[in-house]
Amino acid sequence: MAGRAVFRQEFPVKGGDFAKAGAAACRIKELLKEMGIDVRTVRRAAIASYEAEMNVIMYAREGRMKLAVKPGEIRITVIDKGPGIADVGLAMTEGYSTATAEMRELGFGAGMGLPNIRKSCDAFRIDSELGRGTHLEITIHMNGHNT
Amino acid sequence: MISLKDIMAGINGELLTPCGSLDIPCPKVFASDLMSDVLSSAEPGTFLVTGLANPHVISTCAVADVAAVIFVQGKRPEAAAIEQARTNGLPLVATNLSMFDACSRISALFKGGRRGR
Repeated sequence: MAGRAVFRQEFPVKGGDFAKAGAAACRIKELLKEMGIDVRTVRRAAIASYEAEMNVIMYAREGRMKLAVKPGEIRITVIDKGPGIADVGLAMTEGYSTATAEMRELGFGAGMGLPNIRKSCDAFRIDSELGRGTHLEITIHMNGHNT
Repeated sequence: MISLKDIMAGINGELLTPCGSLDIPCPKVFASDLMSDVLSSAEPGTFLVTGLANPHVISTCAVADVAAVIFVQGKRPEAAAIEQARTNGLPLVATNLSMFDACSRISALFKGGRRGR
């Protein structure tokens, strides 16, 4: 049993669908709260999920967010089909952004998405292939260093 | 600690969402139009002051546990966003003051509150 997720749920995210932006992250937050997880941990997971969801909406054609919860750990995996990231190191730099003016008018696209995700979690892995898409793996330990 | 009621009086604010009580304590205020900054820097329970009035502000506040939103410069979110905030129990306030004037008045309230202790 150890190491296996005891709860899993998947959320589809459609690229460009700004009207539903935040729906998956808010649902993830609700589910984690219902599980009785510490509010600070829930908030970190919600912030990381929201930034990841916004990235899919802003840049990709489509994506999936997978929530997996097991004792002591929350894992959020985000897989998108999109342009990919040319320079992951640069994209991780605060303030670096390829966002359009429209995205910025919505209050996003200031180059804080990936840095915010990394700050909110305990472990972070990103793989991206140009022309194919990006795979993010976000791990949050319950009572982790960011709590 | 100053409350939403104190802030509304100080900035001539109009409540956009029905709210059970206006005695919501305001521990901190964060002023920004950048939602990623709200996500990274606003602490839970913070009041947000913003000139941005799109529905993403409401979603951001739900995620970041913001306790109330003050829209400056006469900005108001559309009806669907107000309804979303009402459902989330997030009070929304509108003021015609500029961001600078609203923040100055709220800051004065905080200073006055400290002097009163």
